Amino acid sequence: MGYIAIRGGERAIAASESILEALRCGIFQADPQSEPLTVTAIRDQLHLLTDRICSEGGLYHPDLAALAAKQAAGDTLEASFILRAYRATRPRLGETTPLDGAAMRPLRRISAAFKDLPGGQILGPTTDYLQRLFRYELLDEDPDSFHRAGARWFADTPAAQAESFPKVVELLRAEGLLPPPNANPPAPVDITRQPLTFPAPRSAALAAMARGETGSLLAIAYSAMRGWGYLHPTVAELRYGFIPVMWPHPLTGEPMEIGEIAVTECEIITMYDRGAEEGARPVFGLGYGACFGHNEVKAISIAMLDRSLQNGRNHGATVPAEDDEFVLLHVDGVDAMGFCSHYKMPHYVTFQSDLDRLRATRAAAQAPQAPQAKEATP
Amino acid sequence: MIAAAITRVATAPVPLLPRPTHHFGFLDDFAKKEIRRAVLKAICLPGHQVPYSSREMPIARGFGTGGLQLTLSLIGAGDVVKVIDQGSDESVNAVNLRDFIGKVAPGVTTTTATAEASIIQSRHRIPELPLRENQILILQVPYPCPLMIVEPSERVRRRMHAEVDYARLWVKLYEDLVRFQEISISNRYPARVHGRYVMDPSPIPRWDLPKMHQSKALILLGAGREKKIYAVPPYTEVEPLQFDDIPFQVERFQTADGRRIPCVRCGANDSFLDEIPQAAGPAIHQCSDLDWCLARAAATAGAQR
Repeated sequence: MGYIAIRGGERAIAASESILEALRCGIFQADPQSEPLTVTAIRDQLHLLTDRICSEGGLYHPDLAALAAKQAAGDTLEASFILRAYRATRPRLGETTPLDGAAMRPLRRISAAFKDLPGGQILGPTTDYLQRLFRYELLDEDPDSFHRAGARWFADTPAAQAESFPKVVELLRAEGLLPPPNANPPAPVDITRQPLTFPAPRSAALAAMARGETGSLLAIAYSAMRGWGYLHPTVAELRYGFIPVMWPHPLTGEPMEIGEIAVTECEIITMYDRGAEEGARPVFGLGYGACFGHNEVKAISIAMLDRSLQNGRNHGATVPAEDDEFVLLHVDGVDAMGFCSHYKMPHYVTFQSDLDRLRATRAAAQAPQAPQAKEATP
Repeated sequence: MIAAAITRVATAPVPLLPRPTHHFGFLDDFAKKEIRRAVLKAICLPGHQVPYSSREMPIARGFGTGGLQLTLSLIGAGDVVKVIDQGSDESVNAVNLRDFIGKVAPGVTTTTATAEASIIQSRHRIPELPLRENQILILQVPYPCPLMIVEPSERVRRRMHAEVDYARLWVKLYEDLVRFQEISISNRYPARVHGRYVMDPSPIPRWDLPKMHQSKALILLGAGREKKIYAVPPYTEVEPLQFDDIPFQVERFQTADGRRIPCVRCGANDSFLDEIPQAAGPAIHQCSDLDWCLARAAATAGAQR
């Protein structure tokens, strides 16, 4: 009777890495001559993938996000994890002034609430009205037409755009249909430097959702949309574009633009809030969502959940989407995928304890008797 | 024909990306400082779960990131680190964590010998060899709260801890006795620390729980995903929840006729065993603590020689 293998963990890991690498290089595929993906091609052509990785990784760095996508062979959870782990080692050097959504240079800006509005509706890039039919010509795309497509869009697009795009919510606020913004908002919580505790401040909730996993946010938000909640939402405004990042000048302290980041931003309006105080006149409810890159499903889901969580905070949670613990502790993809994967690790010891308990319980069930003193701890 | 590859396009090339060399211990000093402060607080309030921000590590959540952050914020040159998983230094996850620690903490040596280690990071086991005062045991924790089995909401659980309200745990134990004539909690057996907080001792078997009581070594517990740190300081009372007439009991490794099963490798009859089913015949058992078992087997072989 032999002993079980007790060595070899290190070799097994090395061998596993080696086959993973072979798979990433397409070694088992039909075309052994396929060329490596360039990080530039991933960043530029699979931009929604890199956007999602930036967003869920919690770091706006499209180049590193593209590298993560390549390294993870397209797995968004794994790629976001790589970016997040890198981010965790970076010190926090300071704080930008709050980014101003109204200052966005929009590629897309729509409102489902009003037919027309100051600044106008800009449909921009959206898959919403595409007929989802295969474009078989992309199977064998020739580089010339590929490059011409970009040039054509530039040639066809007028340079002039409206100068400013006021926020739809400001129009509603002007009429008193939405409560005014908090004049003295509390300092925002940095969830990467302070533990998330409950009840979670709204800033912490929005930050946690901003780097939440798209599918998880969608699932819980969808539950509230379907009826596990009372939202009755209207998308007041959805924008995608570039927001300037302002940084205080090191000498003068004056905010100055140091660059811009791509952001999707959404405000939803709900029917209608009872008002924080007894006897107050009814107003619409507002939900806000924003995330890095172009990800409309995520921004809308966050906005829905922001509203649901505020309802839960004000009136007590009655459905899962209104419970901040339930929502915020279950939407983080990096946490959830890690814990899900950990069940694959050895659990010999705990299972041995389980066996011990079940056998003891079964033995006790065979000979029914009142509980009595058992042997003491050795 | 399907195009062979994605064509290279003439857009802005990716700039030279950062290729950082890592800080000693991987974590930056801000992170280490926060963790050390949480550790000090945890030692002052034995068994109390101290929240901390918990950085993402390059190891997945659930694989020991809480323990790893504790280890990396405590080690310095001259430390000797041992990492075990399921009692084994050779388990794939232990190998991986040890390799990572060695990589990011140059000057730190690693060992498999319990006696030689100054810091022992472990998942699911406490070594059989009694620990000493100048050793620190770091346990990886998936669920930091013992009340999780009776209450899902953290907010409610924190209030229960504050009010020393452990009634529902006692009821759970009592209901087990009524339904099964046995307490069904197999591992993670709740224990009261220093007469105050009830603690989840991490998924160690009940076998290991008495080792926490009056332990000479400092025991730190880290839950990375759940973002909590707690501690059992040296020489602290750790008392499993038990009724006066139904004492706490550890796992029994006995044959049908009540004899203690020995380890097939070293012959020990006083260690926690792994049960390994065989294609034919009864299962074999051997020590879960690999270092303990190999040392004992070597000593036996030496004595016979």
